[in-house]
Amino acid sequence: MSSAFTKSAARNIFYGGAVFFFLLLVALTFDTMNTLPKRDNRANLTESAARGKHIWETRNCVGCHSLLGEGAYFAPELGNVYVRRGPEFIKTWLKIQPTGAPGRRQMPQFNLTEQQLDDLVSFFKYTSGINTAKWPPNIEG
Amino acid sequence: MKYKSQAVAKPYFIAAIGLFLGQISFGLIMGLQYVVGDFLFPAIPFNVARMVHTNLLIVWLLFGFMGAAYYLIPEESERELHSPKLALAMFWIFLVAGAATILGYLLVPYATLAELTGNNLLATMGREFLEQPLPTKVGIVIVALAMLYNLSMTVLKGRKTAINLVMLLGLWGLAIFFLFSFYNPANLVKDKFYWWWVVHLWVEGVWELIMGSMLAFVLVKVTGVDREVIEKWLYVIIAMALISGLIGMGHHYFWIGAPEYWQWWGSVFSALEPIPFFMMTVFAFNMVSRRRREHPNKAAVLWALGTGVMAFLGAGVWGFLHTLAPVNFYTHGSQITAAHGHMAFYGAYAMVVLTMISYTMPLMRGREANSPAAQLAEMWGFWLMTISMVLITLFLTAAGILQVWLQRMGASPMSFMAAQDQISLFYWMREITGLFFFLGLLLYIGSFFIKGKPATAKDPATARGLASATA
Ligand code: HEM
Ligand code: HEM
Ligand SMILES: [Fe+2]
Repeated sequence: MSSAFTKSAARNIFYGGAVFFFLLLVALTFDTMNTLPKRDNRANLTESAARGKHIWETRNCVGCHSLLGEGAYFAPELGNVYVRRGPEFIKTWLKIQPTGAPGRRQMPQFNLTEQQLDDLVSFFKYTSGINTAKWPPNIEG
Repeated sequence: MKYKSQAVAKPYFIAAIGLFLGQISFGLIMGLQYVVGDFLFPAIPFNVARMVHTNLLIVWLLFGFMGAAYYLIPEESERELHSPKLALAMFWIFLVAGAATILGYLLVPYATLAELTGNNLLATMGREFLEQPLPTKVGIVIVALAMLYNLSMTVLKGRKTAINLVMLLGLWGLAIFFLFSFYNPANLVKDKFYWWWVVHLWVEGVWELIMGSMLAFVLVKVTGVDREVIEKWLYVIIAMALISGLIGMGHHYFWIGAPEYWQWWGSVFSALEPIPFFMMTVFAFNMVSRRRREHPNKAAVLWALGTGVMAFLGAGVWGFLHTLAPVNFYTHGSQITAAHGHMAFYGAYAMVVLTMISYTMPLMRGREANSPAAQLAEMWGFWLMTISMVLITLFLTAAGILQVWLQRMGASPMSFMAAQDQISLFYWMREITGLFFFLGLLLYIGSFFIKGKPATAKDPATARGLASATA
């Protein structure tokens, strides 16, 4: 780098740039929070769905699955599983794990109560209604 | 080593390497579970192995950053560390908390662990990378604050250089953005939105400051190039990092329910994110070719150059590959993401920590450089690990392209599991390459135990290696 461009000029660009773009990020965040009610499906964020999210977290489902494309890539996307499989399938699926099929990827048995299963289903109903700009590309996730 | 207190870095680095070994072991377990699904089930389900793998990664990198800071800040500030005792106490607290957390994952069902550790008071667990129980998260904050106090006092009373100020700023940013891990609303969109304020603003923000500072420090030492030049580069690199990376966070806001203007903001700014990484490469090569001295620690120079190249490949090239919204629409959450995650974490952060370790460890053990034999083994470790990581990335990228093709494109897409069956060959190749990575790591660790007369700048073998690296 040329010597006409000094270290203190570089430092000023760093501090100025950091502050400016951080403030821009804050402004965009503010606007995002104002726009979210139209997109985040909060109407379906019931008590039951909130409890379902807690089940999702305390069983570390995200350690194998993705949710809206984030998480692990070992097992299917679940953001849209409510649409792909429906509520009854989801509950039955959780009850019959693990399959024990030799050599197949296995999912643990979490011993959830009927209430907890219903909560999880409410959670998936809620996530499936979030406006994700048409992601995933198809129902398979 | 100019100041006695710099030696507190040593236990931090030893712990980092030990945990790195653990991280890779669990990576190999998972890699096998990808193709032999019931391996170790139900003793270690995949999600448990994954938590151990990624949390060990984060913890060993944090150990590395802290060790680096405790070494570099006294030297840059030209005075002893404010309190070496505090630094040592924090080491033990962090090590015990980290080990207890990992044991908790392995020995207690996660739901029970959550219950036992107060997750019902403040639910923060069960989110990727932030799986730690509440007491561990609080522990991280305490350790970080104690470290920041210790380092800030040292800098305040001592010489202020670009290198120590940027390091300090990066570490403050690390601690501050970690606080978002305590915010976990039931609203999934908000949860995800602020989750990235930890993860993205770490790896594509404040960690780049830490990395830049570490790299600059080592380059000043091994090349003898004028500090003014190196510090100017440092400022330009980190300026570009934050200018692109802050708004670049939008590349995670495309499909999680945030407004769609993020597709523009995120694509445009994150497309600029490779620039600082590219500059790091140019920086490292430039400084080494303009070097004013022959440093006898050739392994450290190799690590510094390697970090530049691999960080650019992993973060810059593989990041750019899937960062534009129309591409990310198809690749989001696929093996492409995993490919990028691996090469970026290894190439940038694992390697910069190993660079710092390579430069400082001999000094802390009372010599300027290790013996030529030890350096040779270390460099073999470097090549084995680095080439393995390149191959792992290529195999995962191939797997990812096929996955996208089979599962997300075309008129009759396959189900997730059906597509996984089709690509298992690539998972096998990743696993086998992983074994070579493991071998490289063992060799690297072994190099610390090779004795012999310390190398001097005039050793022909090492001098030639360097000349060809920068020719
Ligand atoms: C060498 C042997 C390794 C193997 C076999 C391995 C295997 C794996 C596997 C199977 C996953 C889980 C992917 C999924 O969610 O489905 C994973 C995740 C991860 N590993 Fe490794 N790993 C290895 C080394 C490393 C190294 C050296 C690093 C970094 C320095 C690393 C960093 C990560 C990260 C950051 C993730 C999370 C990725 C994401 O969320 O996209 N791994 N690894
Ligand atoms: C050293 C710096 C970097 C590291 C350590 C890193 C690491 C990661 C990791 C681990 C993930 C997966 C997160 C998850 O589990 O959901 C990820 C995602 C992503 N990264 Fe990076 N990254 C870095 C730099 C970059 C850069 C510079 C770019 C862009 C040019 C980029 C673009 C992306 C994108 C677009 C995703 C989302 C992938 C998806 O949609 O699934 N990254 N990164
Ligand atoms: Fe990012």
